[in-house]
Amino acid sequence: MKRRTFVNLFLGGSLLGTVISFLYPVIRYLIPPRQAEAAAKRILAAKAGELAPNSAKFFRFGSTAAVLVNTSEGQLRAFSAVCTHLTCTVRYEADTGTLFCPCHNGRFDLAGNVISGPPPRPLEAYEVEVSGSDIYVSRKT
Amino acid sequence: MARLWEKIRDYLEPRFLLSAVRDLAGKKKVPEHKRSFWYFFGGICLFLFLIQVMTGILLMLYYTPSVDAAHESVQFIMAQVKFGWLIRSVHSWTANILIGVIFVHMFSAFFLKAYRPPRELTWITGFLLLVLFLAFGFSGYLLPWNELSFFATRVGTDIAGVIPVVGKGLKTFILGGPEVSGATLTRFFWLHVGILPAIAVLIMGIHVLLVQTLGMSKPIGVTVTKEISFFPDFVLKDSLGWLIILAAVGAVCVFLPWEAGPKADPFASTPLGIKPEWYFTFMFTTLKLVPAHIFSVEGEVLAVLGFMLGGFLLLLVPLLDRRAAREKRSPVFTAVGLAVVVYIVVMTALTYLAPNIGK
Repeated sequence: MKRRTFVNLFLGGSLLGTVISFLYPVIRYLIPPRQAEAAAKRILAAKAGELAPNSAKFFRFGSTAAVLVNTSEGQLRAFSAVCTHLTCTVRYEADTGTLFCPCHNGRFDLAGNVISGPPPRPLEAYEVEVSGSDIYVSRKT
Repeated sequence: MARLWEKIRDYLEPRFLLSAVRDLAGKKKVPEHKRSFWYFFGGICLFLFLIQVMTGILLMLYYTPSVDAAHESVQFIMAQVKFGWLIRSVHSWTANILIGVIFVHMFSAFFLKAYRPPRELTWITGFLLLVLFLAFGFSGYLLPWNELSFFATRVGTDIAGVIPVVGKGLKTFILGGPEVSGATLTRFFWLHVGILPAIAVLIMGIHVLLVQTLGMSKPIGVTVTKEISFFPDFVLKDSLGWLIILAAVGAVCVFLPWEAGPKADPFASTPLGIKPEWYFTFMFTTLKLVPAHIFSVEGEVLAVLGFMLGGFLLLLVPLLDRRAAREKRSPVFTAVGLAVVVYIVVMTALTYLAPNIGK
């Protein structure tokens, strides 16, 4: 190897190393640190009698929103309230007895299945458990 | 007064070589023909950007970028600070008008084929400025931390999240975590007032330098040789447009001050009638109409990839339109451009006229 080539490689490599050593901490700084998610497993969602038939209650479940529905027939059902299309929070529509996402007009039945609109998957369903006067919602295992 | 001005000029002349700058500006010519009206839109963009900078700096005095205080600080600006409503309304209205004018400027350059050599880089820097200003709009929209902006940000960042391979990482990077949260607000503020303005000024500098160096492009087939001087003739005409826009913005702000909206509640249902800012609505309505699955691929993924491909092709137009590069008319590009304009206009109109489409 010629002396000039060696010096060029040495200086070029040093410059590259210097640039990388400056950039690396900046890039790592820009990536947000992982934080422990508030991944709730079981939560007190409502009190018995709090929900009239054909109504719903939205509540915080971990770091996202969830919905507890009391159907017209008096059955309790719980779902993730996050639409599977582009993550808007669904609403309960009492007149149709469905869960509706106003962002792109997706609609789900009370089994969580997609009835119409662009959502590609059903809503995640949760377990509902009535214990005395308390209604608990938990993730399905 | 005249003597004082003369004294100031005599002092500055040998120090800043003002006459050289004036001579240079006087030498620059702008062609005059039946389509030279479209030349004014670039200057209007620059003017609106300057208003954005000035009102943005003023808003920073009272705005607090945190979940607990952002919405309250905007309400404080609107209700308590003298002329706060005016400064914020001017900022929001001019931001919207600016993006509209950028679209007009871009499509006029497109249809006049102003991207022909040697102006390819002028087109490319202009396209980058459009993307930057859309990012300005998107990041600024969240800052008041209201219901609409919260869910618009959720949808917008989720769109980034569906991009194959890099989507998830990109979404986490943009949001500063897995969900729209306080970290997102801080990041958007950082982008909106720090990073984006720095990049915009750099690219705008290159764009304007290219326009100054290469001069205005004449449409294909225009052989008129009539020209006016850039300074003062063109600048004076341009500034008339600026004044008209300033008056219109003032009137709109007085009659329709920009609302702060209700504070965002991350665990409440999305409000009915939600939609993003008007310049994103053509994509928003498309996403409503795209079926859940197309050939077993999720519809939203295909739609997002389609938009990205469309943007990429638009960026590369100077390289694709070989006929225009040879100073020949290229009706295919004109037709495709018209189809894109019609698509954007129809989808935007449907957002407002048929909100229940696909329901």
